Amino acid sequence: MSKPVGWRAALLSLVFFAMLLGVWQIAATPRGGSGPALDPEYAKLIGAAAAVGQKSPFPTPIEVGAKLAEHLADPFYERGTNDRGIGIQLAYSIARVTIGYLLAALVAIPLGFLIGMSPLVYGALNPYIQVLKPISPLAWMPLALYTIKDSALSSIFVIFICSIWPMLINTAFGVASVRREWLNVARTLEVGRMTTAIRVILPAAAPTIMTGMRISIGIAWLVIVAAEMLVGGTGIGYFVWNEWNNLSIGNILTAILLIGVIGMALDQGLGWLARLVAYQE
Amino acid sequence: MTDHMPDRPFISVEAIARRFPGARGAPPQVVFDNLHFTIRRGEFVCLIGHSGCGKTTILNILAGLERADSGAIVLGGQEISGPSLDRAVIFQSHALLPWMTAKGNIAFAARARWPNRARAETAAHAQKYLDLVGLAGAEHKKPAHLSGGMKQRVGIARALAVEPKMLLMDEPFSALDALTRGVLQDEVRRLCAATQQTVFMITHDVDEAILLADRIMLMTNGPHAKLAEIVVNTLPRERTRHDIHRHPHYYRIRNHIVDFLIERSRRFAEETAGGGYDPRRPPETRPGIGGPGGDGAPPDIARRSAAASIAIV
Ligand SMILES: Nc1ncnc2c1ncn2[C@@H]1O[C@H](COP(=O)(O)OP(=O)(O)OP(=O)(O)O)[C@@H](O)[C@H]1O
Ligand SMILES: [Mg+2]
Repeated sequence: MSKPVGWRAALLSLVFFAMLLGVWQIAATPRGGSGPALDPEYAKLIGAAAAVGQKSPFPTPIEVGAKLAEHLADPFYERGTNDRGIGIQLAYSIARVTIGYLLAALVAIPLGFLIGMSPLVYGALNPYIQVLKPISPLAWMPLALYTIKDSALSSIFVIFICSIWPMLINTAFGVASVRREWLNVARTLEVGRMTTAIRVILPAAAPTIMTGMRISIGIAWLVIVAAEMLVGGTGIGYFVWNEWNNLSIGNILTAILLIGVIGMALDQGLGWLARLVAYQE
Repeated sequence: MTDHMPDRPFISVEAIARRFPGARGAPPQVVFDNLHFTIRRGEFVCLIGHSGCGKTTILNILAGLERADSGAIVLGGQEISGPSLDRAVIFQSHALLPWMTAKGNIAFAARARWPNRARAETAAHAQKYLDLVGLAGAEHKKPAHLSGGMKQRVGIARALAVEPKMLLMDEPFSALDALTRGVLQDEVRRLCAATQQTVFMITHDVDEAILLADRIMLMTNGPHAKLAEIVVNTLPRERTRHDIHRHPHYYRIRNHIVDFLIERSRRFAEETAGGGYDPRRPPETRPGIGGPGGDGAPPDIARRSAAASIAIV
């Protein structure tokens, strides 16, 4: 039962991948005969170009592979505002996520510390957190656009607002549940408040804080695509939306794949950080 | 007894009480109340009592980690109001910081005592105490990778490393095998004698108490636990693990304490219902010096002996 499963799982993964490509290839290969008539509403949505019959059949895996290779071969070109390499678009998104996320961490972790250490502050802020937390970050978008009057800053704000809650709540929880006996050790050693916070509370709560940070980065990466679709201009979300208007399903699939890969990389990076601060009781 | 200077107590526990709120409207649970005892400078005092009677609570109040609900503890003329580096605690649950190595835990304490020392000096100091408790070679292990006994030894080293004036030990040797326990008991005895430590130690082990303590406080079962009596250890101070059982006092003291733990700790309240027990002056007994009740005498004789010793004191 306890045989190492690593290479067999990898093999099975490859088999699944091959099957997926196979089914996709068969399903996407154009067949004879016209498809069902287009729903007029749908025709309007996909634009005039498609509606007049300039059909864009679902691309085959080989076509998507070719598109991917094409994008990866020259990811950073820039030919005018509407034609930028996918690497540049991704870089815009990553930059927004990073800035919004770091700002959120800068606010959430000290504030979470305060909330976790003081039942009074916790009691005072808890109602606000409970109300603000379930608001969809995109609901803030109009307000952000109205007050900030800058689309790029608005999307950073949306990232900020959506990443702050998991970090804040986890930090407060981690700080509040530091084992009493560890705090007692610090007290009997007459260690100052600041040293206790940095040398005892922070390392004790670090795994919980990291869990919050990992949840936040996941949410931030989910939200940035939607935010950029709304705001437009730059970023991978805008790229997807733009390619939808161009009806270039191949480009959309390429972007989807890259969004997934980057999201995984962000998560793995934080997972690696989490392992650095983990401890075993 | 005249109250001349050298005999003035180092620590004086005066009428302390601890209560916990009862569950849902029930009356508060009194762990103990009106508890009095004193500890002299340089004295080694052991506290023995059944599980849950409130021993750790007393130690925590002595440490300044918990406050008594009433009463006070006076140390060197001042009321204890919080924890101090001068009173090192060896916790029942080790309380090692799991993200630090064994050596890191000790260095953390040393750094708290001497914040301005160079890093290398702190490390050398920590190493000295690690070696002392026989943990050379385990410096860089995290607590999770140490055995229970090793963790306890790190806890002991951490307490000793701050060179306190007083040691508060909560069952410090309970997780150790007999051999290691013996080695560490000898070590603690030697260190305490050499550094004139005042020690308050909780233990369940009667032999350990007789080996280490000058006086052994016997606590009745809770709730409303009381200090039933204080057994003065009349064995010679220069005793070792290997020879105490040959001394005639040894079995008398031992039987007296075991008898208390088995029988009287439970029935003490009825026993003293008729009066004759003053919580402000728990009776000091000397079962070692031919006192009755030390040589397997039945409890009723032991009871009379306790009353008799009140008169002696
Ligand atoms: N926070 C608390 N709330 C309610 N009751 C408590 C609390 N802490 C301790 N107690 C009660 O106080 C009593 C004394 O506890 P304490 O830990 O001092 O016992 P102990 O003598 O050290 O026992 P042991 O030998 O098992 O360590 C126990 O009956 C326990 O139930
Ligand atoms: Mg205890």
